Order: sequence, then structure tokens, then C-alpha cells
Amino acid sequence: MFELFGTSLPSRLLLGTAQYPSPAILADAVKASGTSVVTVALRREMAGGRAGEKFWSLIRSLGTRILPNTAGCHSVKEAVTTAKMAREVFGTSWIKLEVIGNHDTLQPDVFGLVEAARILCEDGFSVFPYTTDDLVVAERLLEAGCQVLMPWCAPIGSALGPVNMTALRSMRGHFPGVPLIVDAGLGRPSHAATVMELGFDAVLLNTAIAKAADPVSMARAFGKAVDAGREAFCSGMLEPRDVAVPSTPTIGRAVFS
Amino acid sequence: MKLTVNGEAIEIDAPTLAALLAALDYEGDWLATAVNSDLVHKAKRAEFQLSDGDRIEILSPMQGG
Repeated sequence: MFELFGTSLPSRLLLGTAQYPSPAILADAVKASGTSVVTVALRREMAGGRAGEKFWSLIRSLGTRILPNTAGCHSVKEAVTTAKMAREVFGTSWIKLEVIGNHDTLQPDVFGLVEAARILCEDGFSVFPYTTDDLVVAERLLEAGCQVLMPWCAPIGSALGPVNMTALRSMRGHFPGVPLIVDAGLGRPSHAATVMELGFDAVLLNTAIAKAADPVSMARAFGKAVDAGREAFCSGMLEPRDVAVPSTPTIGRAVFS
Repeated sequence: MKLTVNGEAIEIDAPTLAALLAALDYEGDWLATAVNSDLVHKAKRAEFQLSDGDRIEILSPMQGG
């Protein structure tokens, strides 16, 4: 069982709710993935509109924990105000903190991120910072009060998978007691299994499932991959060797010549 | 009174934030409001006085990653 901020979560897969072909497919994908946490956002509501109400009612029916995000925020002020608005609407102090610093790569503005994290942690939020794999930034986030870190493994929506295994390995090694969730960049179940095998505590993804030809099956596949990667990590994997080692015992081998 | 609501300039007579929401046909408990980039709690909307030039954001739950 995986625990975040005192909450036990049966699944180590956190799932985004955007870009699915329909609300019904989103609901089925959430169930098939086995996820315990879904991410949501806040956007402008049209005058007289009820789009938010319909979506909110669907999300509540799923019975998962909710992790609101500050997606699209480019400044500390925007992110902090959005977080406070999310806390009021969604009734949770959990917040996936995004402060975007670059339009092309959607990489976090890590300076603004640390500042916003400090403000929100002091205000009682449970902050899940979307960050890079930079160790110094990670240290600063922890100093700011964060208890969990969410490094990217590649740009959001890129489906590249882990592009810097050395950095991820190093991050895991430096922060053995901190829950680390790989957020963004995963494209395939094998990518998820790979980072789970490194010892990451969980993964958060959206596009790879939502934009699959069959999102529900892909959600199931990712759920299995995350479980497999975790179990493998806990089982102690064989290190690669440069020479062949016979798997069949050589003792007692017949000699015919 | 000139206001900007969700990025759109409008002219409306609404002394408070609650009055503005009612006049624009916003209803429900799934909305979050901010005036000039600061959250205005649901419970404070009725007493929150609007001024000419205020920028109001009215947000609701949406799909997100």
C-alpha cells in the first residue's frame, strides 16, 4: 500500500482526466486503470453554463481521490490563486502545482515553483510540485515544505518516456525517503514499468492513455505495468553482466566424446 | 459599471459579486470566484462590493492532466 499525506492509496498510478473521446470512456478508463487518484483542473465557466457541474458530478461518481492542478499558470500569483480556488471548489488541500516556464517545452519555471510551493505549504496545502529532475531544485522544494516531488521524465504529452535515466536514478538515490512520482512524458506501459523498476513510488499520466486507440485497454495495460515495475523493484533485480552465464546446471552433464 | 468577466468586457449594474453572478445567470456550488486575481470565498460574495474596472474570474471544474 502506498501512502501520501496520511492517505493509503491502493494504486500507484495517478491518472489525468483530459482528452478522452467521451466522458463514458474516461469513466471506464479510470476503472480499468485501478487508479486511486485523478487529476482535474479549473477553467472559465460560460455565463449560464453547466459544463463544470456535469464534469464534477462524473468525477465524484468515480470514488477516487481528487488532485486539482494549476495547469496553464505561468506566474506565482496565478498558481497560488488557482490553488486557493481549487481548494474551495474541490474541497481538498491537495494541489498539483504547475508553474510553467516555457511555451514550447512546458517545462516548469522552477524558481516560481519553489516560491509558490512555499506560499501554499505555509497556507496548509499538500503540494505535489511538477518539477524537473534537478536535484538542487528538489532540495529547495523540500525546504519550502513539500513532502512529495513529481519530476518529469520528458516534456508533457511527448510520450518520449524517460530521456535521462541517470538523472532519475540519481534523484531516487538522493531522496530515499521522499515519495517520488514521475509526472509527464510517459508514452507506453514499458516506460511506466521502467521508472517503477528504478524505485519511483508512482507515476502520473494522462495523454498516453487518453489518446490511445483504445483508452480503456491502455489504462488496464498501464495499471499492470505499474504493478509489475513496483513488484520487480521490491524483488531485487539481477544486474546486467558482460558474459554469458549458463542457466542450466553444468554439473552432471553427460560426455559423449 | 464596467467590468471584465472571464476576459470579456461588459457593462452591468451589479453592486456585489453575488449580484453579478445572479445577473449573469451563474448558479451552483461548483464555481470558484476571484476578483483582481484574488480568491473571493463563496461565503463572502454577497458582501463583496465591486468597483468600476474590476476583473472577475468565474471558474468551474474541468478535465485536467
